[in-house]
Amino acid sequence: MPMPNKETYDDHVIRMFLMSAAVWGVVGMSIGVLAAAQMAWPALNFDVPWLTFSRIRANHTFGVIFAFGGSALMGTCYYIVQRTGHVRLALGKLATFTFWGWQAVCVLAMATMPFGITQAKEYAEPEWFIDLLIAVVWVSFGVVFFTTLTRRRIRHIYVANWYYGALIIAVALLHIVNNLALPVSLTKSYPIYSGAVDAMVQWWYGHNAVAFFLTAGFLGMMYYFVPRQAQQPLWSYRFSIVNFWALISIYMWAGSHHLLYTALPDWVQSVGMVFSIVLVMPSMGSAFNGLMTFNGSWDKLRTDPAAKFMIIALVFYAISTLEGSSMAVRSVNSLTHYTDWTVAHVHAGAIGWVAMITIGSLYAMAPRALDRPAVYSKRAMNLHFWLHVSGLLIYLLSMYAAGVTEGLMWRATNPDGSLTYDFLSSLIAIKPFYIARFLGGLLVLSGMVVMAWNLWHTAADARIGTIKPILIPAPEMIPEPVHDQTPEPLPAKA
Amino acid sequence: MGLKYKHWEKLEKNAGLLAVLIAIMVSFGGLAEILPLFNDAQMVKPAPGVKPYGALRLAGKDVYVREGCYLCHSQMIRSLRFETQRYGRFSEAGEFVYDRPFQWGSKRTGPDLARVGGKYSDAWQRAHLLAPRDVVPASNMPNYPWLAEAHIDGNDLRARMRALRMLGDPYTEEDLAGAPDAVRDKTELDALVAYLQGLGVTAAPSAAGSP
Repeated sequence: MPMPNKETYDDHVIRMFLMSAAVWGVVGMSIGVLAAAQMAWPALNFDVPWLTFSRIRANHTFGVIFAFGGSALMGTCYYIVQRTGHVRLALGKLATFTFWGWQAVCVLAMATMPFGITQAKEYAEPEWFIDLLIAVVWVSFGVVFFTTLTRRRIRHIYVANWYYGALIIAVALLHIVNNLALPVSLTKSYPIYSGAVDAMVQWWYGHNAVAFFLTAGFLGMMYYFVPRQAQQPLWSYRFSIVNFWALISIYMWAGSHHLLYTALPDWVQSVGMVFSIVLVMPSMGSAFNGLMTFNGSWDKLRTDPAAKFMIIALVFYAISTLEGSSMAVRSVNSLTHYTDWTVAHVHAGAIGWVAMITIGSLYAMAPRALDRPAVYSKRAMNLHFWLHVSGLLIYLLSMYAAGVTEGLMWRATNPDGSLTYDFLSSLIAIKPFYIARFLGGLLVLSGMVVMAWNLWHTAADARIGTIKPILIPAPEMIPEPVHDQTPEPLPAKA
Repeated sequence: MGLKYKHWEKLEKNAGLLAVLIAIMVSFGGLAEILPLFNDAQMVKPAPGVKPYGALRLAGKDVYVREGCYLCHSQMIRSLRFETQRYGRFSEAGEFVYDRPFQWGSKRTGPDLARVGGKYSDAWQRAHLLAPRDVVPASNMPNYPWLAEAHIDGNDLRARMRALRMLGDPYTEEDLAGAPDAVRDKTELDALVAYLQGLGVTAAPSAAGSP
């Protein structure tokens, strides 16, 4: 007869990541809403350096990608590797260090970038000393994950872990190579690459930060929580593995599509373009696999808000990856590049896919990690869904309209061959769309506030069960002590 | 079928093997696309006339980088007719070999600046940086009034030039020694205007004067 198992899952660090993800989501998106407002009404820069658009833009991107997304990824990763391996998280103290270390990274980055302490490389803005801390925390994250994986009780490694593994390995490689720099002082460094080489390294990094941070990691989340929430097995397990190898090997080649028609050699541009088109297959494959998993339980779309978030997330994953591959085609890119279409595309991916699969997974994970039957308020979850989706659609429609307007106005020529519009005309033409975009962002942000409120109450309910109130005795029931005498027993009354 | 699947199965049950194979698969793309560029003369050699930034312009470039100008202004004229018509001759890799980090940008909320040098007067540039809507009423660019008040630290600049020399930029001892004097009493605004007025001017002489 087997010994009864006393081992428990380590969910403490997961709960902390869960709550920090909710907080960073609100912080990162608030800065995004401010930045959007500044583009419509420049007076909102207030002539204060650390509130100025060009200084805080990185706070928005870092806040939502690395603080919100990173916390959600690490939290769900620790949750999934334990559940799929039937094993307790290894190296508990190191896991706790990764939580506090990652929060320190986020706070340091957010506190230095508005003061001009920046490497000025998109999505890799934090200066060298923060980069070193990121590397230490990230390697620790990898050690915790892979050690747990080797201790698993299920021999087969579930596919979600493959994606998390790829996230950890690839991001470590990308982060280290792209951030190689020579420090001048604590607050300034120069990259070892310059000019066109720096551009290629940066967009190899930038594109694959999207590929591995915002895609592979969140696909890991999807591959665990979608079958869990659909209460059905994955539509095709083998298909998920074929897609995995295709995705991770092809994505790394596609970065140069960010530099079409630039001074980068033509052959590198063409290679990037071809691989981007091939990338349609594994991207659509994963989206299809996830969606088909709901086959037979589509009623969840009506009854389960978490599943609703996941299904729309998968739809947006399919849409934005197909769009991304199209935008990597030279002729399309000549219109879309440098315009707000790029902004629309990245937000279709970020608000549509990344945020929605995260929100769905957080709603699915929170009651389980907190040992509650359900999230505090289902009505609030539905409210969040509609705020999020309507905000997303307003955001996307306005930015697509702005992007196409810019692209067409910049290339418009008169019959005599001269340009039809000066640059400023295009900015004036898209101003109404900037206002609409701000309103869309505001809706998405208010949804995040609703989620933070809801998760807070779920956690508070979980705490109630562990809290025992102290009974306050009424004063008249306590007899005055009488010396040298044994007191009468107290009257038996509550 | 079952026999073929055996190889996959091995991989699916071995965390170390999985990690190694992931590391290999994600390495090809970067190796193939980045390494050749180091040996590509056009990528790493300066175009004719392109010299390392002088002290004042280097200080200005670092202000440009610090303020995040690249988030709204590109410095990369694509080889498309409507681009060269608007901004001048298309950009070439040799013009950027002293740009650390590169400032090509990815979004144009404002116009491209790769060849903005000399297009406007110094006085216009100063007024525009301090309060853009004074000269372009429809602009949505933020004001940068603090640039006029901050002075350039000559010793810090010399340390920066020394670091750049270690990375291979050909600064001489005189360049380094002269740096503090070159920026004495200069504000960040002076430096930034000097940087902007040199953009696209030193490189590609055929482009001078084009619209």
